[in-house]
Amino acid sequence: MDIMQILGIIIPTAIFAATPLILTALGGVFSERSGVVNIGLEGLMMMGAFVGAVFTFYGETWGFGSLSPWFSFLVAIIIGGVFALLHAVASITFKADQVVSGVALNFLAAGLTIFLVKKIFDAGQTPYLNERIFKSDVPVLSDIPIIGPLLFGSAYVTSYVAIALAIVVWFIIYKTPFGLRLRAVGEHPMAADTMGINVTKMRYVAVMLSGAFAGLGGAVYATSISGNFTHSTIAGQGFMALAAMIFGKWHPLGALGAALFFGLAQSLSITGQQIPVLQDIPYVFLLISPYVLTILALAGFVGRADAPKAIGKPYEKGKR
Amino acid sequence: MQQVLFKISVPVIAVALGLLVGGIIMLTSGYNPLLAYQALFSVLVTEPYFIGETIRQMTPLILSGLAVAFAFRTGLFNIGVEGQLLVGWLASVYVGIAVEGVSAFIHIPLAILAGALAGALWGLVPGYLKARFKVHEVITTIMMNYIALHVTNSIIRTFLLAPGERTGEIQPSASLSSMFLQEMTDFSRLHYGIIVAILGALLMWYLLWKTTTGYELRAVGFNQNASNYAGINVPKNIILSMCISGAFAGVAGAMEGLGTYQYMTINAAFTGVGFDGIAVALLGANSAIGIILAAGLFGGLKIGALNMQAVAQVPPELITIVIALIIFFVASSYLVHWLRNRINKRGKI
Repeated sequence: MDIMQILGIIIPTAIFAATPLILTALGGVFSERSGVVNIGLEGLMMMGAFVGAVFTFYGETWGFGSLSPWFSFLVAIIIGGVFALLHAVASITFKADQVVSGVALNFLAAGLTIFLVKKIFDAGQTPYLNERIFKSDVPVLSDIPIIGPLLFGSAYVTSYVAIALAIVVWFIIYKTPFGLRLRAVGEHPMAADTMGINVTKMRYVAVMLSGAFAGLGGAVYATSISGNFTHSTIAGQGFMALAAMIFGKWHPLGALGAALFFGLAQSLSITGQQIPVLQDIPYVFLLISPYVLTILALAGFVGRADAPKAIGKPYEKGKR
Repeated sequence: MQQVLFKISVPVIAVALGLLVGGIIMLTSGYNPLLAYQALFSVLVTEPYFIGETIRQMTPLILSGLAVAFAFRTGLFNIGVEGQLLVGWLASVYVGIAVEGVSAFIHIPLAILAGALAGALWGLVPGYLKARFKVHEVITTIMMNYIALHVTNSIIRTFLLAPGERTGEIQPSASLSSMFLQEMTDFSRLHYGIIVAILGALLMWYLLWKTTTGYELRAVGFNQNASNYAGINVPKNIILSMCISGAFAGVAGAMEGLGTYQYMTINAAFTGVGFDGIAVALLGANSAIGIILAAGLFGGLKIGALNMQAVAQVPPELITIVIALIIFFVASSYLVHWLRNRINKRGKI
């Protein structure tokens, strides 16, 4: 097996597996940059996957055809944003511990989605979706020699959307007044408040954005990778996205890179069996590699990662 | 007296609000909440089987709640109980299988100790990283959970596999199960683990409130800088706290291995007991007695939910929703404080 064949197996699978992680991690960047820890990404993604599966299914029956998944993305973005409000209200207005509130959000999503699935479909899972996001060749670009087939051959449109969004988020956070305010609120809320920035409002917006992105991430997962929704559809991808965000040092492009890397690690555990050297490595090492790497990254072996300064602290006006 | 009443009022209000909102959800999705709650609670006082199962469910919940609470007391947040529980489960089952020809009086403590040690080891890693590199324990413990899930599965698959995707059964000498307790409760899976759990709660109370180590641990939890100034070794206490917390979680796993199941399965996903421990610790206000009560409530809700489904057709997931809501309300105790302050002010003026 030559190197091109190996790359031809690994790279498309890595990008494919990374897509939902990229989207969700971008959501995490918004929330945490504003100073609100979001452990609830897992639950938000679960909600998104549920909405993605349900509304793609209904989109099919309503005759939306191949647009059904895209319709479901729209709904997932909205529902994700609204669902994140719970976390925002608890952790920002009621000054709950942000980690606790995020954990509660995960619980709630796990219960609510399956409760609703049982209520709607009278079964523990949604039906399998016919209209899914499928592989396609990007015209012209896939004809480029060597990199064409790797990056643009038999790929998913959603992957390009995710990568494009990462660049958009980078632009928003680092090149716009909104981004500057967002970061100010996360680093030093009192200074930001003094400058006339509404800390509470900024944080609400940021948390809702994180819900919208994580919702989209979940919906993409349901419509491209899993194909339906069950209690085990989202099992840790939200935490993985959280890890990607930290590994990427709270930076949108860093998160993109880390998510792609985790996608690679995941794809190695899927495709590893077909690749010569990797066949000999026990499967479990490939499975745990993203988590071990995150721990190593945090411990500073991969370079110091500094969280936004005010992260995890509720802001109280006038308190020093 | 007013202070105590207020402390109790937060969890009580949270539970009431959680059940209320759960009822509204049932109502809006076309179920009868009164019938459902009646079905849920009535069996918990009348049916021996459900009582037995509730106590069985409480056992690991108490211990995982203690694990979360112990770390909380030192200002740490241990979300890694789930992973520590899994490694504790595996270690105790391994000792339960591998050690032969000893009496139960040696075998059971040995197996529980193995579980505690494995859990402590799993807690040591985040504790050390926190103390040495200031790495936030929330993220490392989550990562350790996944590592535990994959590693335990892999170990079972490679070394201990028995038909049915699980390990073999433990020796009878390591088992906590009891025919007497089972017969008494209409053949529930009740076992002697509840005694271990209650001893655990006593141990936590004693450690925290009656020993110097406990004093230091709590001091670090209140204020690290002041503790450091007072000559307390802060890093040492952080590591110690995570180890003890992990040990409690490991014993929770041992209860599943030696009591409920007598083996360990290959887990496709987390058991959820570790995460429930967060809810238990929060509702129980991190106190030993509070945790036992909270574990009783959540254990009862989970077991009663089965009857709720049978009688009122409400999916048992509703209880997960109620538990989540209770956590939200407990965490948002600021709301209760704020309300009280308003009322107090009005009363004065």
